[in-house]
Amino acid sequence: MSAPTRGPLLFDGIDTPGLATLAVYRARGGYGALAAVAGKKAPADCIEVVKASGLRGRGGAGFPTGLKWSFVPKGTDRPKYVVCNADESEPGTFKDRELIEKNPHGLIEGIVLAGWAIGANDGYVYLRGEFGWLQKVLDAAIAEAYAAGLLGANAAGSGWRFDLHTHLGAGAYICGEETALLSSLEGCRGQPRLKPPFPAVEGLYRCPTIVNNVETLMNVPHILAHGADWYRQWGTPKSAGTKIFSVSGPVKRPGNYELPLGTPLRTLIEQHCGGMRDGMTLQAVIPGGSSVPPLPASLLDTRMDFESMAEAGTMLGSGAVIVIDGETCMVDALRNLLRFYAHESCGKCTPCREGTYWISRILDRLEHGGGRPGDLSLLADLADNICGRSFCPLGDAAAMPVQGFLKHFRAEFEYHVEHGRCRVNRRRAGRAPAAEVTR
Amino acid sequence: MSDRPVAAGAPARNARPGAPLEWPEALRERVAEVFRHYPNRRSATLPLLWLAQRQWGWISPEALKLVARTAELPETEVFGVATFYTMFNLQPVGTYHLQVCMTLSCSLMGADRIFAHLSRKLGIGHGETTPDGRFTLRRVECLAACGGGPCLQVNEEKFHENLDEAAVDRLLESLP
Ligand SMILES: Cc1cc2nc3c(=O)[nH]c(=O)nc-3n(C[C@H](O)[C@H](O)[C@H](O)COP(=O)(O)O)c2cc1C
Ligand code: SF4
Ligand code: FES
Repeated sequence: MSAPTRGPLLFDGIDTPGLATLAVYRARGGYGALAAVAGKKAPADCIEVVKASGLRGRGGAGFPTGLKWSFVPKGTDRPKYVVCNADESEPGTFKDRELIEKNPHGLIEGIVLAGWAIGANDGYVYLRGEFGWLQKVLDAAIAEAYAAGLLGANAAGSGWRFDLHTHLGAGAYICGEETALLSSLEGCRGQPRLKPPFPAVEGLYRCPTIVNNVETLMNVPHILAHGADWYRQWGTPKSAGTKIFSVSGPVKRPGNYELPLGTPLRTLIEQHCGGMRDGMTLQAVIPGGSSVPPLPASLLDTRMDFESMAEAGTMLGSGAVIVIDGETCMVDALRNLLRFYAHESCGKCTPCREGTYWISRILDRLEHGGGRPGDLSLLADLADNICGRSFCPLGDAAAMPVQGFLKHFRAEFEYHVEHGRCRVNRRRAGRAPAAEVTR
Repeated sequence: MSDRPVAAGAPARNARPGAPLEWPEALRERVAEVFRHYPNRRSATLPLLWLAQRQWGWISPEALKLVARTAELPETEVFGVATFYTMFNLQPVGTYHLQVCMTLSCSLMGADRIFAHLSRKLGIGHGETTPDGRFTLRRVECLAACGGGPCLQVNEEKFHENLDEAAVDRLLESLP
């Protein structure tokens, strides 16, 4: 009854009919790790295994997960929390949505295991506001887990209490940033807080809290069930395991793909996604969500792991691969992104609030033929002044694409200044949606 | 939650205009349930705002007051929270709130065309509502459906992906 496998770990059997139900999840071995660990394996040992596995955060920053967990103070009598980041708002990213919709119990198991490892009694899943329909799916699975005794006063028969609830955001990209997320969960405006203190020490309700991405947490049951060495059979020594890559743009088969870290970008796009749609060429790829610098077509052989991406001058980020074709105006593409950041800047600090607005204004005039001779250096100057001078990483996230677009596609920007129009003959407005849709 | 969309600007039906709003009987248990999820009352703010919006279609000044009273917070604070998040409608919206993603991946696949088609067909622009109160049209940022662009969300429902003009027409016709 299981569908063809789409990946070795998180996507193994992901399309199995009924996987979202407890019965099918269990029939596939689900909650086996929880049964073996909760109440049985020492929390410190669990953290050691996760550390040894080399698992790094899948939410964008790639911070080592086991290390993060080890920062949670031990022997404190303060409550501790596990918060799952299901805000999934980084443009290009749509993997957590598929994971939760198809395998909500896989996420629940990961969260409970994380709770056991750090000694928490409460967990929350923070879903972006547009996921109201997905919250129903997850709430139904949570209700099933409670009814089966996997959550609650005696979670999985361990004698330890663990409660889990979902919390719906209401439209704000910044709430994906972990401290802003915690503010939002506390019922406030979703604005970031100063770090340190880091959430592991002082997070939700000023108590020790780990914040982890959906995909990160869903790796945990596999790691605790099979061990660190087994997990390291995928990926590279520094970027262990698999990653779910969300591919969008005019490729033949856009969608989510689970591949070992270190897979070349070219393999993903040409083999898995079937290459560009007919008659199109690849101009650039934004390899890690909208916040990272783009790669030109010449760098398509770059491997998708944290280190190789950094060497190529960009980042693995959330693993969202946005493919841009040769008929797209790069000035317009950047303009689109900066409109997003100007819209989503929370307004707390000046470089980001004002800088994103001004960059957006300048890109507007470039696109509409009103570019001025000094505009490119002005853009670079604004980006440099946002980078490293903003209160939270959203500022950098807005500035880095500006720097990257100017670095790799400067000629297009210069053409706009000089001629007041695009060098490419844009066909975007006439483009049909994906002809070949697989998922 | 109410799955039925609520008509545009539906007045708080259980109250005279200006009179304080109350949670309808059917929602009282849900309100109580929200508070059981958190160790403090403030955390209930977003869930309560959602309950109010789903009940009355938008968050009226009376609904804001009700949420503030329920969470035991100053009205100004709840107002500050409600205005921070783009999905809380502080003005009435149509029965069907059509939210079209305009961010890069969708834009690469023709989001502009989808928005223009809807705008022409319904005779309204961004943020506007048709005179009969049926549709509100809005440009929104990335919905996390980028591989299925262009896409849109109707109210709080699951996204409609891989749209073209014909698919949009079919969607509009399918709405009761
Ligand atoms: C502006 C901004 C938006 C973010 N959005 C998300 C998001 O949508 N989902 C996510 O998991 N992490 C997001 N992050 C990263 C989180 O702050 C945090 O690093 C992450 O949730 C940690 O989990 P991980 O270690 O498992 O990756 C965002 C960060 C920033 C600065
Ligand atoms: S960098 Fe931007 S999003 Fe972050 S705190 Fe400053 S204004 Fe807010
Ligand atoms: S860009 Fe439209 S859903 Fe992400």
